[in-house]
Amino acid sequence: MVSLLKRSLAIITLLIIGYWVAQAFAGVPFGQDKMLVGKYYLENVVNQTGSVNAVTAVVVNYRGFDTLGEVTVLFIASTGVGALLWRRKKERTARTEGSIVLKTGTRYLFPFILVFGAYIFIHGHLTPGGGFPGGATIATGFLLLYMAFIVYEIPHKSFEVTEGLVGMSYVIVGLIGLAIGGYFLYDWIWQTWHVGTTNIGRLLSGGFIPVIYTIIGLKVGTELSGIIDNMLKEEVRE
Amino acid sequence: MIHISVYYFGAISLILIGLYAVLVKKNVLKMLIGLSIMETGVNLLLISVGYISGRSAPILSEGVTPGRAVDPIPQALVLTAIVIGVATTAMALSVAIILYEKYNTLNVEEMRRLRG
Repeated sequence: MVSLLKRSLAIITLLIIGYWVAQAFAGVPFGQDKMLVGKYYLENVVNQTGSVNAVTAVVVNYRGFDTLGEVTVLFIASTGVGALLWRRKKERTARTEGSIVLKTGTRYLFPFILVFGAYIFIHGHLTPGGGFPGGATIATGFLLLYMAFIVYEIPHKSFEVTEGLVGMSYVIVGLIGLAIGGYFLYDWIWQTWHVGTTNIGRLLSGGFIPVIYTIIGLKVGTELSGIIDNMLKEEVRE
Repeated sequence: MIHISVYYFGAISLILIGLYAVLVKKNVLKMLIGLSIMETGVNLLLISVGYISGRSAPILSEGVTPGRAVDPIPQALVLTAIVIGVATTAMALSVAIILYEKYNTLNVEEMRRLRG
């Protein structure tokens, strides 16, 4: 009876919240042009950033500082997972290997998954995607390795070094902008060096967007692989 | 009666379904699945606010002029939100792992000092 009461109470609460949110959205017309800032971004994105993909230009260039904060949140989350699951001695404890299909598939697909992830984050200024999906794709490759082989572990030392180095180079790219252009994360490659002005819509354009997205892709890839590693290993008592 | 677009309706329903799971379910993992569903609903809601009928993705190549693209800002926001969602889900899952190690159950009512 208690659970029935709880359930009906929850449903009534949900209906009230739903009505309230729906009423708020009744005033927002669907499918109509209501851009204010977005219009400015769309009209100036090619001249100001050299990127044809307006979304990644907003994420990396116009609001690059936000993205630095986002990378920090991701870093804190991965550190938090590491701290929460910290044990004195942790090892892989899986006992059954993956099936022959999984093992063979992983062996052949793994390099292609890495190449595809790299493709996604290098072409962030041209195609949908960017550093975050690319990094997640790379982490998927490592997850496959963990699933298929019972003894596999990521190379911890090099992953940690890579993670720290790319995190630092994001800040360094921003500081170079501060030295050249006067504010943090100033797009010096595009606005001072004019690299790729005749090349818009191809790979070598977009100012520092490909550079930063490569940094973000590597960082997200190593961090998510670290989270996978932390979650899959268990404490071993001697 | 209020009239809202079917896309808003679907996204809000997803948010409510997720909230229902968070409120009613007793298994921690099911609550986390509810949180993820809520997150998807919020993302869909943001994206559908930025949609403009008949326009294409805000990638200004192959004949897409600024007048023929949808609003890029909600999409950039959602890109951020998805990544943060993954990170927080990983955190929450590791808390669930610790809870299971400590109490040997995932049922919130059976855990001591956490009745509700």
